[in-house]
Amino acid sequence: MEYSSLQRQVAYMKKRLFDQGYLDEQFYQLEELQDEANPNFVEEVVTLFFRDSSRLMANIEQALEKCPQDFHRLDSFMHQLKGSTSSIGALRVKNECTQFREYCDEGNLDGCQRSFQKVKREHAVLKQKLKAYFQLLRQIGPTERATPPGG
Amino acid sequence: MATSSSSTGVDKLKNKLRALVVDDNRMIRLYMVSLLKKANVEAEVAEDGKAAVNCFLQGKTYDIILMDKDMPQMDGVQATRILREMGVKTKIVGVTSHSTEEEKREFLEAGLDDFFVKPLTSPQLIELLKDVGNK
Repeated sequence: MEYSSLQRQVAYMKKRLFDQGYLDEQFYQLEELQDEANPNFVEEVVTLFFRDSSRLMANIEQALEKCPQDFHRLDSFMHQLKGSTSSIGALRVKNECTQFREYCDEGNLDGCQRSFQKVKREHAVLKQKLKAYFQLLRQIGPTERATPPGG
Repeated sequence: MATSSSSTGVDKLKNKLRALVVDDNRMIRLYMVSLLKKANVEAEVAEDGKAAVNCFLQGKTYDIILMDKDMPQMDGVQATRILREMGVKTKIVGVTSHSTEEEKREFLEAGLDDFFVKPLTSPQLIELLKDVGNK
């Protein structure tokens, strides 16, 4: 009884992550790569993502404080971050990265700074949500399979 | 990469396709290698175009190269051009984030066989490998 209740909670949590735009189809691609040989693949990749992306964001933060700004360097960092976000399906973070790069193209420092705050916010929110999701997932074990919305 | 001393193991390895994933992003490399491994393809990685060219200069061969475009040291366009000038006939597939039509054309003209937007999906990879497997 309790197990199926946990499964429902996990399924609901995942559905919310997709419905609210935190994740996109790419997350399902990651889940498809998880198997008996790699039972924690998704969580491992996501953990690696947050580690890498935190480092990149620290670099961006430093670069934003420099004067004069090197928009090319900022764009380069954000290009890396965007690539990583797309690899795990972190849709909202990815969209904010895109916005930041547009401000870089314009040489708009104020825009970059505002946009970066949004990137940080979305990154932090996603991290919390996925942490909770994986904590729950660990309780039911590696039986949860990818189920795209609508079937 | 793993080898086997049994004839069955060696035969299996002989038939296994070999891919080179060229991308400066560690997350993307990890994802692509896992995707390829799932499709029973042996995958090596290169962090940029220069490293990719060096693989071939060392005499390594592959059945398919998945080439990112924007990389430090040497980008995918330049790497593709150099590999073709070296006489490399391996299928090279550009896998990159959104590019303008002009950037895409430049990349294709450098010698790509195909072009996909990141991240590559499992169905896309299977289609690509079908062609390679049929050669």
